[in-house]
Amino acid sequence: MFISGAKIVVETLVEQGCDTVFGYPGGQVINLFDELYLNRDRINHVLAAHEQGAAHAADGYARATGKTGVVIATSGPGATNLVTGIATAFLDSVPMVAITGNVPCDLIGRDSFQEVDIVGVTMPITKHNFIVKNVCELADTIRMAFKIAKSGRPGPVLVDIPKDVQIAKCEFEAQAQPVIPYPVIFAGDDDLKKAAEMIEAAERPYIYFGGGVISGRASSEITALAEKIDAPMGCTLMGLSAVPSDNPRFLGMQGMHGHYASSIAEDESDLVIALGARFSDRATGDKKRFNRNFRIIHIDIDGAELRKNIPADLSINGDIKDAVERLCAVVKEKKHPQWHKRIEELKAEEQRRIESARNCGFKKECTNCMHPCYNTGIPAKDRLDPYDIVDIVSAHAGDSIVVTDVGQHQMWAAQRYPLKTPRTFLTSGGLGTMGFGMGAAVGAAAATGKRSLLFTGDGSFGMNLNELATSVSQELPLVIVIMNNGVLGMVRQWQTLFFGKHYSNTTLDRKTDFVKLAEAFGAKGVRVSTKDELDKAAAEAFSYNGTYLIDCLVDCNEFVLPMLPPGGSIDDIITEIK
Amino acid sequence: MDQYVIGVIVSNVSGVLSRVSGMFTRRGFNIDSLTVGETESSSFSRITIAFHGDEYLKDRILLQLRKLHDVREVEVLDRHETVVRELLLIKIRNTPQSRQDIMTAVEIFRSKIVDYSPTALVCELTGETSKIDAFIELLKPYGIMEMCRTGLVAIERGENCLKTIK
Repeated sequence: MFISGAKIVVETLVEQGCDTVFGYPGGQVINLFDELYLNRDRINHVLAAHEQGAAHAADGYARATGKTGVVIATSGPGATNLVTGIATAFLDSVPMVAITGNVPCDLIGRDSFQEVDIVGVTMPITKHNFIVKNVCELADTIRMAFKIAKSGRPGPVLVDIPKDVQIAKCEFEAQAQPVIPYPVIFAGDDDLKKAAEMIEAAERPYIYFGGGVISGRASSEITALAEKIDAPMGCTLMGLSAVPSDNPRFLGMQGMHGHYASSIAEDESDLVIALGARFSDRATGDKKRFNRNFRIIHIDIDGAELRKNIPADLSINGDIKDAVERLCAVVKEKKHPQWHKRIEELKAEEQRRIESARNCGFKKECTNCMHPCYNTGIPAKDRLDPYDIVDIVSAHAGDSIVVTDVGQHQMWAAQRYPLKTPRTFLTSGGLGTMGFGMGAAVGAAAATGKRSLLFTGDGSFGMNLNELATSVSQELPLVIVIMNNGVLGMVRQWQTLFFGKHYSNTTLDRKTDFVKLAEAFGAKGVRVSTKDELDKAAAEAFSYNGTYLIDCLVDCNEFVLPMLPPGGSIDDIITEIK
Repeated sequence: MDQYVIGVIVSNVSGVLSRVSGMFTRRGFNIDSLTVGETESSSFSRITIAFHGDEYLKDRILLQLRKLHDVREVEVLDRHETVVRELLLIKIRNTPQSRQDIMTAVEIFRSKIVDYSPTALVCELTGETSKIDAFIELLKPYGIMEMCRTGLVAIERGENCLKTIK
């Protein structure tokens, strides 16, 4: 076929198995959008309200399915609007291909209208990026972008295509198969033997896993390993959903707002087996005190993560699924009844502390706050607390894909939501992008056909609520639960604890009516402030065929607990505010 | 802290130098010097990077460089088995009082005068960093008008080669 660059892009996307793209048109991608129009029966284009939303949607598509997400934007502002979305995907190792238009080659470098060096801008936040100046290289460049995005540790790749390259024609031949990722690195036998010896010598082994277990599809392997060596498990924020929350060995997320039991169990263990995790500062706290009690085996697909943040006693570079499977085959079966007993004690203690914190007297009327929840006349004890919201909503949510924004609501959902299968908890872990949720929820629903359940806060929701337009026009099943406390709660929590209650710019004295807002966008909305109201609303929301927003009023004195203070360790864990 | 010299073979494509130097900026690694030039194959360039640091830093730099798509080969060059050179061009004020001293220094350091005018002269010197440093130190009193040095280039002795790609 002798075809234009624009058509080559579409043909190559189809060839790579891409069924849905997210984007926003503009002057320098008008040719590409013309081809998308002509091929609308082959590729579904989801029009976002803003390029950032489109980028998060492509990210959500990829997180929910494991396939590479694709986003298309025009030059200049269209391209720069992708930046936060690309960085979000980069920090959480999400495979994504971003395609941007640019001004024609002969106008590059002249500060032409809507010209920006997006390759230069995105260099540090992509695995790799390209500008294609010759149409004959276009197809292979896009193929290479897909190959890089999904090889090894996945990540985003950007391809910048000047307008004249989209217009120019060349010979194109479709390939029969999508590109194959680069060969996987396999862990060495000797290393795995050493790991098995360390595990057999341990009395209190502990498995700590991260997002690598999800992208490496190793859920059943780590569960089998935990069984065989009789070890409890905990995970990072990114590891959530890899193992069902009700697995009795699973103690939950650990780290800054991790579960009490998992955090203490890790500290008391004598061997931590870290799988597909990178020991981020939010997961470890003070690095000097973090590993004072235990030795570490660290297995990861990315060799550059080994010894980067925490020096392990044994570092193994390799595919996580293969490594854990082979490790499980060579390691001897062990039983640790004492350790098991201690874990049960910790679980019981955790329950006690949670109940105590939920009923503590710190939550009282906030007098300097104009938030509507204080004008409803509902006594403090009857108000919804965050765990109530998660519990009630999850009881109705079925197999919805859970998406969060960033802040307190994110941690409450991460701590409490009962997850069953991998790729059902989509959250911005590494970059912590407020505004991630709406786009990601749209992308996940468009990708899977399942309902997305977005937990958000009134702060985060305000950042990209324009994507309500997208979910409504795309007729996507979406339930939005706003934990509305009238404040930027996570920062406010720090201000309460570490800044003498100087609530600088965290009190959102906004008069936004989220119910009317939802209705204005063509969605359904309801405000709730008690358990009964929420239960009724949730029942309706999850049977509603469209976008349904539930505005839940939450006390602004609700804190995310436990908390390790920044730079603190497990010794400094806060489980109650007095 | 030791000085490490690493050789890097990269694809000879636009932007590759930005990717390599950008990685150093982003990760907060400091470079003593970085030189780049084409190799015997026009498809590849060779970058020589010198930096001070410990074993941890050296490992981080090697691992991060290897993650870059355009980087084909990265090795630490063993200082004892490597020829390391730097080129200096230095312009000094030419006066009747200083001329003879400068000539003597040039001769002793096996430098070369590559430009001569009544008021200024330009010397060229090749050698290891310490030799270049000493030469500059010696010429300082005579008035250095400007100078430039290339940074290190390095190649292993004997049969050892960096590249495995044809």
